[in-house]
Amino acid sequence: MRRETKRTGVFTRRALLLMGGQVAVLGTMAARLYQVQVVEGGRYATLANENRISARMIAPPRGRILDRFGTPLAGSRINWRALLISEQATDVKATLDAFSRIVPLTEYERARIDRELHRRRHFIPVMVREFLSWPDMAAIEVNAPDLPGILVDVGTTRIYPYGERLAHVVGYVAPPNEADVANDPLLSLPGLRIGRSGMEKYHDLALRGRPGAVQLEVNAVGRVIRELDRQEGVQGDDVGLTIDAGLQEAVVTLLGDESASAVVMDCRNGEVLAMATNPGFDPTVFNSGVSQAQWSEWTRDRRTPLINKATSGLYAPGSTFKMAVALAAIEGKAMTINDRVECPGYLDLGDTRFHCWRKGGHGMLDLRGGIKNSCDVYFYEAARRVGIDKVAAMSNRLGLGTELELDLPGQRSGLIPTRDWRIGQGHPWNIGDTIVSGIGQGYIQVTPLQLATYTARLASGRQVQPHLTRSLGGVLQPGVLPEDWPSLDLPDKALRMVREGMWSVVNEQGGTAPLAKLADPKWQMAGKTGSAQVRRVSREMRESGTFDSAKLPWEYRPHALFVAFAPVDAPRYALAVVIEHGNAGAAAAAPLAKDIMTETLQRDPANRTEPLGAKLADAKS
Amino acid sequence: MERRLWREASFDLTGKILRINWLYVLLLCALAGVGYTALYSAAGGAVEPYAGRHALRFCIGLALMLCVSLIDIRLIARLSWVAYAGGIGLLVAVLRMGHVGKGAQRWIELGGLQLQPSELMKIALVLALASWFHKASWERIGNPLFLVPPIVAILLPVGLILKEPNLGTAVITAMIGGAVMFGAGVRWWKFLLVAAPVPFAAQFAYQHLHDYQRARIDTFMHPENDPLGAGYNILQSKIALGSGGMWGKGFLQGTQGHLDFLPEKQTDFIFTMIGEEFGLVGAWAVMGLLALIVLGGMLIALRCRNQFGRLVAMGISVNFFMYVFVNIAMVMGAIPVGGVPLPLVSHGGSAMLTVMLGFGVLMSVHVHRDVEFEGTGEDR
Repeated sequence: MRRETKRTGVFTRRALLLMGGQVAVLGTMAARLYQVQVVEGGRYATLANENRISARMIAPPRGRILDRFGTPLAGSRINWRALLISEQATDVKATLDAFSRIVPLTEYERARIDRELHRRRHFIPVMVREFLSWPDMAAIEVNAPDLPGILVDVGTTRIYPYGERLAHVVGYVAPPNEADVANDPLLSLPGLRIGRSGMEKYHDLALRGRPGAVQLEVNAVGRVIRELDRQEGVQGDDVGLTIDAGLQEAVVTLLGDESASAVVMDCRNGEVLAMATNPGFDPTVFNSGVSQAQWSEWTRDRRTPLINKATSGLYAPGSTFKMAVALAAIEGKAMTINDRVECPGYLDLGDTRFHCWRKGGHGMLDLRGGIKNSCDVYFYEAARRVGIDKVAAMSNRLGLGTELELDLPGQRSGLIPTRDWRIGQGHPWNIGDTIVSGIGQGYIQVTPLQLATYTARLASGRQVQPHLTRSLGGVLQPGVLPEDWPSLDLPDKALRMVREGMWSVVNEQGGTAPLAKLADPKWQMAGKTGSAQVRRVSREMRESGTFDSAKLPWEYRPHALFVAFAPVDAPRYALAVVIEHGNAGAAAAAPLAKDIMTETLQRDPANRTEPLGAKLADAKS
Repeated sequence: MERRLWREASFDLTGKILRINWLYVLLLCALAGVGYTALYSAAGGAVEPYAGRHALRFCIGLALMLCVSLIDIRLIARLSWVAYAGGIGLLVAVLRMGHVGKGAQRWIELGGLQLQPSELMKIALVLALASWFHKASWERIGNPLFLVPPIVAILLPVGLILKEPNLGTAVITAMIGGAVMFGAGVRWWKFLLVAAPVPFAAQFAYQHLHDYQRARIDTFMHPENDPLGAGYNILQSKIALGSGGMWGKGFLQGTQGHLDFLPEKQTDFIFTMIGEEFGLVGAWAVMGLLALIVLGGMLIALRCRNQFGRLVAMGISVNFFMYVFVNIAMVMGAIPVGGVPLPLVSHGGSAMLTVMLGFGVLMSVHVHRDVEFEGTGEDR
């Protein structure tokens, strides 16, 4: 009995000890809980809020691109998209099959959808199809019971009302690539597009705007429970261009099917009123991705639809270059405006004979006559006297063969050769090179925009720079006033004589471009033709007398050029037209220039605040 | 003999029912009520899928407990080694054909019921050890050879549970066994002898742990190193608790749990939900209730007049205490996460039934606290 009592006593002691231990442990845990919940509670409460609220940026609406009168050239349109949330679909495959019966899905699309469904969490929507038409939308909504998991959602997409007629100027947007996103994380926002060419690229930052933020309550796996707060982003700035959309449209129409380019400029301030390049391309295609077929069609087309010929098409200026040569000779004191040169139809230099375009020659000619007749020998002589380096310097001053301060990415600077340039290439400069440069052939390459700038500078006597941006976010940019541009500092007499020569080209009996004479007698246009050989014409061909460049294959025909300004008494508009392989400037480009200038003068965009035929434009868009 | 029979005669069914500790039953019901409330919140304010089933299971468990409490404790004592053998058999079975969950074989299907044999084993072990020491005099307990069979009886299931592998339950099982031996009067220095090499054994064991177990210990040591990986559970649990503060966010107002930040909120981390929604005050109240149940079990042990009953009651109370300790320490980040539910509160069927079975045995001890028992010379 005593033994058993001892055993009981030990048990009681030990049980009480154990209870004490348990109470101590529970007490310690209670104290620890106090520490976690109350002492450190504030810190954990903050963590809990971070956990619960997820701030996400929302893509701001992209700014619009407008023409000088406020007509939208690039804007945003509602984009209906069909999305699939797989967790809400009982059978994803069945849903997609049903969807296919309403809006057919290609094999390719199905593969993409499957891939994305696989990759993403089951509650994150996967895009099934975007850019749905209204009837498709309606059909999907009506059939909603058969399409579990499908939901229709609204996004925005970029639209270009003038499409391919302004594609080279306005440019296009495309989804950002990985390198873009690495530089700016904002670009990873879904639906955000980045300007890839044209004004969309040049003004990309201004157009993008500031992102908004939305505070979402989310759970640990990222599912959105509800929206707590939303701050809309700031829409990107509108960019106002100098372009007159109506004129642009008219010019593109006039260019027709030719592979051609035309630039209309305000010659007093360098505002580009129209910059047309044919053929164009559909800029919206880049928004969702270019198909292989489309791409190869573009690259195979020898008329190069993707290239903005106005700024990066390079052509020999041909006779349009002659005014620059004349001014170089006059300023270089190699000639005066009254010096006469005899044209026998050729110029012999050593044992090489350089021909005038007119076989019989022009006889004695002064500067005015040289330009009017586009006499090659006169300008051979002028170039020979003044030398290539001065010709090059004058050309650059007039905007040729030099990079312009253009606010459009991708322009090429062209080339006016100099002695140093040629020697740098490892060749000596030959006097013959100077001679052919005198008529804008040889190594010389310029762009249509440079030709327009050159003409504008000749017409205004100011060093205007071509530009496309007129206003940013509604604020007018500098450069609108003629006084914003410095003078060319050329002898006034010489400039006037050159202009007179150009007037006579169009308006005088015997001028080379009678086809360019404006029909309306109240306006007169001054101009100059040009033909740029793309292949050297051999002496035998020329002397055979039967040579006709119009019979050459298209790609060997000379380019046809024309530069012009009007009205002659108070120059306002400068124009350059280049028709690739158009053969002769006088025949092909001059009539086109006349039509374009007539259109420009009628619309007179530089003197208006409202577009001409606004109602017409409304009806079209 | 006469007296015993007389006692037996007065010990009819009504008498037994009257001797049930109804206050204790009420405490259990209160705890289950806490569980119901928390699970209702865990489901986002709905009876389904957790709370309703929890209530049903508790009712079944309660019925089971009351039935078991009426079984004569001497019958239970006689069957204790049978139960032990059955438990070992089930443990072997689970190793052979058990379902693998989270990298371990822990349960078997038995008539549509998921059974965790290790939980049953703990009760069986308590019974077996209690019956072994029931007959032992103070002197015999001093004999080291006498201690060999109970130590083997402990190590056999512990080894099998380790093999599942389920480190947490194995450690708890060993500690329960140790607690019963402690209550039986095994000398202090012998415990020290066993405890002394534990740190070295732990070091050795760590080397041979499964990767997931080692990861748990590592992330326990430095949870912030991997907030979205293995340390996620602990960190999120602490965030939830901390954001609850003193008074809590209010019933159904917890954000962490409702927004799925909290993993396994209806099972292992149910206490976190309580702490978040009802604050420190609510959590302390629940801890107080748990303490009452643990200490109430110990009081039953103290009031029992036979050694078997005392040891069984102590073993079962310690078992419950270990559940509570491991679970709450785990959600507070005080010990590595171990997948141990909070009994009667967490969602889960088999754990509820085993726990209620244990309380049934405990209650049987209480009902039969005064019965005459062979081998116990202490009956008055």
